Amino acid sequence: MHVNDLERVARQIRHRDLQAVFEAGAGHIGGEMSAIDILTALYFNVLRIWPDQPKHPERDRFVLSKGHVALAFYVTLAKRGFFPEEEISTFLKPLSRLNGHPNCTKIPGVETNTGPLGHGLPVAVGMAKAAKLTGAAYHTYVLTGDGEMQEGSNWEAIPAAAQFGLNNLTLIIDHNRFQQGASLAETNNLAPFRPKLEAFGWEVTEINGNAMSEIVPALQKRGPRPQAIVAHTNKGHGISFMQDTVDWHHKVPNAEQYKIALAELSEGL
Amino acid sequence: MGATVMTAPKLHDCRDAFTAVLERLGAENPKVVAVCNDSVGSSKLGGFKAKWPDRLVNVGIAEQNLVGVGAGLANGGLLPFVCAAACFLTGRSLEQVKADIAYSNANVKLVGISSGMAYGELGPTHHSIEDFAWMRVLPNLPVIAPCDRIETAAAVEWAAAYQGPVFLRLSRVGMPDLLPEGHVFVPGKANTLRDGDAITLIGNGTLTHRLLKAADLLAAEGIEAKVLNMATVRPLDAEAIVAAARDTGAILTAEEHSTFGGLGSAIAEVVVAEAPVPMKILGVPGVFAPTGSAEFLLDHFGMAPQAIAETAKALIARKPSRV
Repeated sequence: MHVNDLERVARQIRHRDLQAVFEAGAGHIGGEMSAIDILTALYFNVLRIWPDQPKHPERDRFVLSKGHVALAFYVTLAKRGFFPEEEISTFLKPLSRLNGHPNCTKIPGVETNTGPLGHGLPVAVGMAKAAKLTGAAYHTYVLTGDGEMQEGSNWEAIPAAAQFGLNNLTLIIDHNRFQQGASLAETNNLAPFRPKLEAFGWEVTEINGNAMSEIVPALQKRGPRPQAIVAHTNKGHGISFMQDTVDWHHKVPNAEQYKIALAELSEGL
Repeated sequence: MGATVMTAPKLHDCRDAFTAVLERLGAENPKVVAVCNDSVGSSKLGGFKAKWPDRLVNVGIAEQNLVGVGAGLANGGLLPFVCAAACFLTGRSLEQVKADIAYSNANVKLVGISSGMAYGELGPTHHSIEDFAWMRVLPNLPVIAPCDRIETAAAVEWAAAYQGPVFLRLSRVGMPDLLPEGHVFVPGKANTLRDGDAITLIGNGTLTHRLLKAADLLAAEGIEAKVLNMATVRPLDAEAIVAAARDTGAILTAEEHSTFGGLGSAIAEVVVAEAPVPMKILGVPGVFAPTGSAEFLLDHFGMAPQAIAETAKALIARKPSRV
C-alpha cells in the first residue's frame, strides 16, 4: 500500500476510533490519535501477517505495550480482517471481548495481554530471542508510550536485547510528550531518548511519527543491532483542539466537540 | 516392628531431580529452553548450560524481564522453564506472572527454587512463604509443591507435557523418598500415604515427611491418622478433602508457608463450605521468621513431628463426641 493510501486508511481508523470513544463514553483518545499512523503503517504495509491464520508461526509479532490505546488497536485489527468490523460497536459493553485492554486469549491478532505499563518490551525481547533460537525469520515490533518508559522493567529489557544481539526487534516509542497527568518534561523526563538507547547498544532513528512517509521506512530499517524508533508524535493528532494538550489523555468529547472532531476527521476519508 | 534396624533415610535435593528431567526433556525436544536470572548455580542449570549453551537464556538480575522474556519465548513456539529463587520469581515479578503468564495463558513453566524457608539464616527477604497465596489466586495457573525427588521428577514431566502455565515450587532442603519409583503425577489429585480414621494430616513439599513421622508417633499411642500428600494447591483435590473430613472428622494441615492464604487456607475454604469439621492450620503464623535454618524454623513454628502429633491430639479432642 502506498503512502497516500495508508494516510487514507489512518484517517478512516481515526474516524472510527473517535466514533467508538463517543459511543462508549470512554477510551484513551489522545494516545490513540498519536499512535494510529504507526499502527496503520504496521498493519497495512510492514507486518507479514495472515489475518485468517492469526497464529501462523512465521507471522511478524506486534506487541501493543501501551495497552490502554486498545480501541485504536481493535479498529486496526478489525479493518485488517482479524475480526468483524461491526464488533467495534461492542467496545466496553458488558461481556464484550473488547475491553479496555487487549486480551490475547479472546481476540485474534493480539499476541500478549498488556495494560499494566512496562510489560510489552520484555515479552517482545522473548519473542525476538525465540526467533534467534529457532531460526525463524519473523520480526518483532513493540509500541510503548514515552511516559511508559519510566517503568523500570523496560530498562531491564533494553540491555538484554542488546546483549542477545536482537537485530530482529524494533521498539517504537510513541513520543507524544504527555502522560496521564502532566507532560513528560514535568514528570520524570526521560527525553531525549536517543542517547540513552544508544548507550545501551541500540540503533536509534528519530522520525515524525505522524508522517507516513517517515514511518514506513523507519519500520523497515534493519541493521546489526536492536532498532529503536523515537516517533515524535502529537497527542490527539488529527483533531485540532485535542492536539498537544494533557487534557485529552482519556477525556471523552461532548456532543459539540464530537461534531467538530468528526468534521475534521471526515476530510479525505 | 520386630528387630528392624532404623537407619536414617537418604535425603535428596529435589533440584537434582528437576534438572535431571529437564536435561532429558532437553535432549528429546529442542524447544525446551531454560531461562534464569543469573541463577545458573542455584537453579542447578550448569549441566543444561554445558549441553546447550544457546538454550540457557540468562537475562541477568532482572526478574520482571525474566518472566516477560519467558512469555515471549513461549509465544515464539519454545517451551521455557523459567527458574529463579521462589521469593524473587513470585514476589518481584508478580504482575508479570499475572498479566504475561496467567492472564495471557502462556505456556511457561515457572520453577521457584529454594522455596519456603530454604534460605534459612538469610532471613525473610529470601524466604518464600507467601508464594502459595500469591500464585493460587491467579486463574489458569496450577500450583504444585512436590514432596520428594520422585514427585518432583513426575511433576516436571507432567508440566512439560501440559499446555499452559504452571508454577512448580521446589525446595533445596534434602527430602527422603516417600512416593514409589515410577509414580505418575496427576494434577489436583492427593496421594494417601497412610490410612487412618482418627484425623487427617494434610501437607506437601517439605512437610509431608514430617506428617508421616507424626503419624508414626500417633500410631505408637494407638491413634491412626490418615496422611494426604497434597502437592497441588490449585486445582485443589476437593473430593479428597471432603472425604477426609467425613471419614476422620478432623483435619490438620502443615506447610512451609504462611498460615495466611496457603494450602491450609485453601483446604479450609473447602472444609467450611462442604464438610465442616475441627481444623487447624500449621505454618508460619503471620510473622517474619527469626534467624535459623529451615529445619530449625519448621520446628520453631510447631512443625516438629512430636509437636504436630500433640496438635493432632488436641484437635482430635475437639471432635464432637458421637451419640
